[in-house]
Amino acid sequence: MTLTAFAFYVFASVAVAAGLMVILARNPVHSVLWLILTFFSAAGMMVLVGAEFVAMLLIIVYVGAVMVLFLFVVMMLDVDFTELKSGLAEYLPVGALIGLALLMELGLVLGHWVLADAAPGARAAAMPVPGDLANAPALGQIIYDRYIYAFQASGLILLTAMIGAIVLTLRHRAHVKRQNVLAQIHRTRAASVELKDVKPGQGI
Amino acid sequence: MEQAAIGGVGLEAYLTVAAILFVTGIFGIFLNRKNVIVILMSIELMLLAVNINLVAFSAHLGDLVGQVFALFVLTVAAAEAAIGLAILVCFFRNRGSIDVDDINMMKG
Repeated sequence: MTLTAFAFYVFASVAVAAGLMVILARNPVHSVLWLILTFFSAAGMMVLVGAEFVAMLLIIVYVGAVMVLFLFVVMMLDVDFTELKSGLAEYLPVGALIGLALLMELGLVLGHWVLADAAPGARAAAMPVPGDLANAPALGQIIYDRYIYAFQASGLILLTAMIGAIVLTLRHRAHVKRQNVLAQIHRTRAASVELKDVKPGQGI
Repeated sequence: MEQAAIGGVGLEAYLTVAAILFVTGIFGIFLNRKNVIVILMSIELMLLAVNINLVAFSAHLGDLVGQVFALFVLTVAAAEAAIGLAILVCFFRNRGSIDVDDINMMKG
């Protein structure tokens, strides 16, 4: 067994075990941490096949941003998670049944699929991989050239998600004093200062 | 047809891992039917399995387009997680719980 194959088996077993722990862990904080481990292992597997850019993106975007977001939300919500875990035994049989059926179907596909003889050649002719380029520059050449519209659309999706998340979570509290800049700017001398003619010897 | 070894092992090994992760995600949705956060995490697990499949086939066929689409899947997954968690926070503020059984205000 080569070192690469050994690394693959390590990453694969860690990913599968951590993926199982994600759904079995009692505490959602632990679930998030197991999911982070799963993503790290998947990134390792992707490095093994030479997809460094996607692997690094997985770590930076998923572990760095999405999972931290999950962790924030899990810790922010004051929920009794043990209560939510109840009824697990009730859902276990049907879940296991459907999972097993799906796994068997996927296994059947895995055992029997074949690639059409002409397929690899046709793919290579449609989009030759630049041989002398590293993974990231080659990906960049394709994304910014052939898939520029899809790339822009994904940017729009992210913008929509950002605006949507802000709109959903923004709330205005009543009875909170805020600075009103417009009112401050439009304040005039006539409206705010009053001259009083005070006679000598008397107070106001 | 000869199986070109990618990453030291064949394509089949990668597909197997991805299939197991995908089924784990579906199993997680059934198992944690009350906890929306874990359901969201199960969806992330399934999307990760899809990404592994795309990258494995990309390496196997020598075609970078698979990795480009893995990138797009990643983008959509990030957007989905952000919106889903925002809805979750909203829901928690209104109802004080994240139980799926409590999401019944519209009587649907």
